[in-house]
Amino acid sequence: MCTYQTETLKVTGSAKTAGGWTSMTDATVYFDHPVHYGAGHALLIDVLNPSQGPSARAALELSPESARALANVILHTLDAVPSELLSDTITIS
Amino acid sequence: MTHNLRADTITIKGQNDDEIEAYLAVPTDVEKGGSIVVIHHMPGYDEGTKEIARKFAAHGYAALVPNLYWRQAPGASPDDAAATARAQGGVSDDQLIGDVAGAMAHLEGLPHSNGRVASIGYCSGGRQSLLAGCRLPLNGVIDCYGAFVVIDPPAEHPIKWKSIVGEVDNLSAPLLGLFGAEDQYPSPEQNETLADALTAAGKEFTFRTYDGAGHAFFANDRPSYRVEAANEGWKEIFTFLERTVA
Repeated sequence: MCTYQTETLKVTGSAKTAGGWTSMTDATVYFDHPVHYGAGHALLIDVLNPSQGPSARAALELSPESARALANVILHTLDAVPSELLSDTITIS
Repeated sequence: MTHNLRADTITIKGQNDDEIEAYLAVPTDVEKGGSIVVIHHMPGYDEGTKEIARKFAAHGYAALVPNLYWRQAPGASPDDAAATARAQGGVSDDQLIGDVAGAMAHLEGLPHSNGRVASIGYCSGGRQSLLAGCRLPLNGVIDCYGAFVVIDPPAEHPIKWKSIVGEVDNLSAPLLGLFGAEDQYPSPEQNETLADALTAAGKEFTFRTYDGAGHAFFANDRPSYRVEAANEGWKEIFTFLERTVA
């Protein structure tokens, strides 16, 4: 089936794409047919920078279990970080 | 019998006379014949869709695949283009109709065209093939497991399509629908609703639903491929084209 279920959000960060490291501005999360992972459906994540063109994209295709485990580990990791480090960012202009 | 063929990437005029990329496969040993517009699935203008176009040409039909994502992602790889199009809310129905109309005009202008054109689409393209049949003067329409034909996608989704069952009164040609019994989008119940609407509108249609098959059973590069359903489906397709556009 095609669920067409798609969530989009703005993000701040970088990702390594086919063209090298790039700043990223957007993400898309959906459950649909993967291109490469060997399953009919998967949890798909695109991290994008539309201003840099379609190839400014890092893609993940994960089994539902893997995606859920990854999401939990991300949250646990962030929860364990001292709060002062969470604002420890450098803005390059 | 299979035919000799030639396949090329070309440029055609689509919606608003925009120049878009397209993939054309033509039999080279047919004097006059029918043709078909192939509408790619949501994962894009990819290798599998081009292979489908060549299969039609090998069976004697000129086939043209418009790259529906050309505007959003010219020259990008199919998966990057599909991701870009999805993030932007997909292809609008108006653009789809303009691009299919452009593809039809190109096919009708080929020297060996008999003037008869069908459309086929897979997955999201199945819905789009039926939509094209409701808005354009086609000679045959094939819908392979098109979802959201009789129901709307949930409102919060960025893809702003609507169900098209209300347009079947305008269907211009016989319809062949090929579905998997285990598919939920479209489900067998949804296909029944479509069949009821077509019957009420007095339209000619043939539906085949294959046991043991779900969505995308024609996609021979994906785990959803079901060889028996796909082989039976291809037979139905070529019988239908023989009757409608040959």
